[in-house]
Amino acid sequence: MNGSKAAPRRNLRNVLDLTLQWSILALLLGSWELFTRKQWVDPFFFGQPTGIYHVIVTWMREGTAVGPLWEQVTVTLEETVLSFIIGVLFGIVAGFLLGRSRWLSVIFAPYIRVINAIPRIVLAPLFIIWLGLGMASKVALGVTLVFFIVFYNVFQGVREVDRNLVNNARILGAAERHLVWHVQLPSALSWIISSLHTSFGFALVGAVVGEFLGATHGLGYLIAMAQGTFNTNAVFAAMIILSVTALVADWLVSALERRLIGWRPAAASERAA
Amino acid sequence: MSQSIANPMIQFMGVDKHFVRPDGQAQPVLRNLNFAIAAGEFCAIVGPTGCGKSTTLNLTAGLEPATAGEVRVMGQAVRGLHPNCGYMFQTDASFPWKSVLDNVAAGLIFRGMDKPTARSRAQEWVRRVGLAGFEHHYPHQISGGMKKRVAMAQSLITEPKILLMDEPFAALDVQTRALMENELLSLWSETGASVLFVTHDLEEAIAMADKVIVLSAGPNSTLKATYQIDLPRPRNVTEIKFEPAFARTYQQIWEDLKSEVMISYERQQSRATA
Repeated sequence: MNGSKAAPRRNLRNVLDLTLQWSILALLLGSWELFTRKQWVDPFFFGQPTGIYHVIVTWMREGTAVGPLWEQVTVTLEETVLSFIIGVLFGIVAGFLLGRSRWLSVIFAPYIRVINAIPRIVLAPLFIIWLGLGMASKVALGVTLVFFIVFYNVFQGVREVDRNLVNNARILGAAERHLVWHVQLPSALSWIISSLHTSFGFALVGAVVGEFLGATHGLGYLIAMAQGTFNTNAVFAAMIILSVTALVADWLVSALERRLIGWRPAAASERAA
Repeated sequence: MSQSIANPMIQFMGVDKHFVRPDGQAQPVLRNLNFAIAAGEFCAIVGPTGCGKSTTLNLTAGLEPATAGEVRVMGQAVRGLHPNCGYMFQTDASFPWKSVLDNVAAGLIFRGMDKPTARSRAQEWVRRVGLAGFEHHYPHQISGGMKKRVAMAQSLITEPKILLMDEPFAALDVQTRALMENELLSLWSETGASVLFVTHDLEEAIAMADKVIVLSAGPNSTLKATYQIDLPRPRNVTEIKFEPAFARTYQQIWEDLKSEVMISYERQQSRATA
């Protein structure tokens, strides 16, 4: 009886929450539109929701100044995914090697610290000089961003494997390769996965910033061009398309996470081992 | 007190153990430790906190080297890990990313058995420790007592000649603990392994062991006394506590242990106020 009463009430709650969420959006967009329509703020500088919508629709129908919209999205995505994959792979390998070997980590530690201290965005001009305006320079920038995040997480994950687990495995007869596959990698995996969310964001940053600074295609290039012509609506439009892309990617990473570390307790994932 | 054993399974011969403190100074833990455990003997080690009970186990397993003297297992000096030991740690050491079945099978797979055979052997052990139906659960999905069962099956499946146990049931509630103690005794009686069982609980020590070793207060502790426990087997750890012989033994050992506990307590107090 309780259940049949509670269920509709919960549904009502959800409907209410959703309504409130949407009304905030409506209020924001509505007042933005109103303020710019009434010329209380200058739509030239602040853009206009309907204007942004028109830009997106035009881009979809007629393409952008540099070619069809989907082409720009694909270029940026391709750069992002490539730098993500390459950065993650290098990060895992390097983190694992240095995490396992005290000797290697002692030798390389100062170099890694120095390179990590450089704000790596400043490397973008170098990459553009070296690799040109094409995809390679953006991928290189993204890789330098992604690499260090994954590297530090894996390094830490391998270093902080529970001593107890290692001892237990060794007493059960584990050789070095068993330790790697049965203890260190799975233990580092949760650190790797949690770094993937941040890494993908940084891969996207690398691609877009690279495109700002010099490119012939891509969403970042669209934004740079819009900025050059003071087209505020187009800047916002490209931003929205970027955000949607990032959200979809984040959702994909979450799905991967659920698949890879199903052994973890659902909520208390940060509980000390 | 210490009778000579013809072919001891474990033998400590004048063992000293020092740790190196972070400031580089040597911290003595054990001094001139001598004892021997026969094949199939169940030996409990009791002593005050910080007297090096767990270190004794680590020395036997080969996880740590002795500073002086020699630890022998089956007549061979221990130099590093050797395949004769099973070890149940104080804290949970099951692999959180492996299912119960794979946790139990791990030892066999590490020792080169192919997966299907290892799994079917593990299946048998999962049943023997009473976890049938939980094969595919992960450690975080089962209770503390069940995790101990996993640990028990995990270490027994490799059929070790020596079973090292470091306060394995300390974290369990009283009822579960008695249950696990009885199950351990019945599993052990089928294996014929020697057991070195560290505990701070004298009742547990007497109820389970053939021999109780009392260590003196740490740091730098040594053997204080050895007691032979002549209670009949098979035992029920709950019921045996009502035997008059149990109470007599308890009183006798407690006299020894009490003075060491007091010394240890006073040392800690003086260190705290220093």
